[in-house]
Amino acid sequence: MHELAIAGHVVDIAARHADGRTVTKVFLKVGHLRQVVPSALSFSFDLVAQGTTVEGAEMVLEEVPAAGRCQDCGTESVLKSFPLLCEACGESNLQITRGEELYVESLEMEEQQNNEELIADR
Amino acid sequence: MHRTAVKKVVLEGVLDANDALAEANRQRFDHANNFVVNMMSSPGAGKTALLEHTLDRTLGKVRIGVLEGDVQTTLDADRLARFHTPIVQVNTDAGFGGECHLDANMVRSGLAELPLHDIDVLIIENVGNLVCPAEFKVGEDVRVMVYAITEGEEKPLKYPLMFRSADLVLINKMDLLPHLHFDLELFLRNLDAVNPGVGRILTSAATGQGIDEWCSWLMERGNA
Repeated sequence: MHELAIAGHVVDIAARHADGRTVTKVFLKVGHLRQVVPSALSFSFDLVAQGTTVEGAEMVLEEVPAAGRCQDCGTESVLKSFPLLCEACGESNLQITRGEELYVESLEMEEQQNNEELIADR
Repeated sequence: MHRTAVKKVVLEGVLDANDALAEANRQRFDHANNFVVNMMSSPGAGKTALLEHTLDRTLGKVRIGVLEGDVQTTLDADRLARFHTPIVQVNTDAGFGGECHLDANMVRSGLAELPLHDIDVLIIENVGNLVCPAEFKVGEDVRVMVYAITEGEEKPLKYPLMFRSADLVLINKMDLLPHLHFDLELFLRNLDAVNPGVGRILTSAATGQGIDEWCSWLMERGNA
């Protein structure tokens, strides 16, 4: 259940970037080569976010399929299962180009302004 | 009150904070000229039994320190205490209900109690778990995975993250081979499918098979 620890880091990152604003959505990229279970991460996220400025935010998780460039023939292959092999020449000499992502891409937040400030702005 | 939705691009790695702490640990290790092994396996694969043999065989040849990670208890550290090796126990249950892995910060918290300048090799015995420890760098030079043949041939395919990240695999409990329906060739094919050509040593803590080869591997790097 390292999803709990990962969720803790996601909430920390979101709260720091939100800087007091209310976070409504957290967009996360997770590569297929990471052993992260989306449902477990989503559950952990809701739990860990409680009591923070991220509480109630929706975690939007985008999975990234694995891909690799063959160091022998240069072909880029989408990798669906092990062994990871070049789809053109069948060799395993691959440089992984996608699928190891695990990062917070962006946040959606609400900014509050009271009406007096809006009028003053005009 | 008026609410405006705003979007902010973040592009921050989820484990960046851990990786930065791991790098700081790494600098301390480099400064003390330590060769650092992150030892990982499922629970009960034989990490501690192999460590007992390792400490026994390398006594006087290389100075080993041990950082023991466990969710609870000091049982593993107690087993190793008779070797009079610098050893520190880190229990992970101070975290969120007991973490299933060591992270860089937990390792850092244990380092204060280890005389890093008086050891050549630091073995970090991670929490027994086939998934989680693989995600968290702790500042190690290499990852050594202990795998017991009682776990079945298919584990590399089911837990590729850890098998992929290993620099050496100790294939343990080899003494049980005659008693198991275990296809070693199939296991090795599965291992090569996820981590082609990774180093491997067949070991047994019961008979001592492979222990010399493993200790030589360790001493070669620890005395470098």
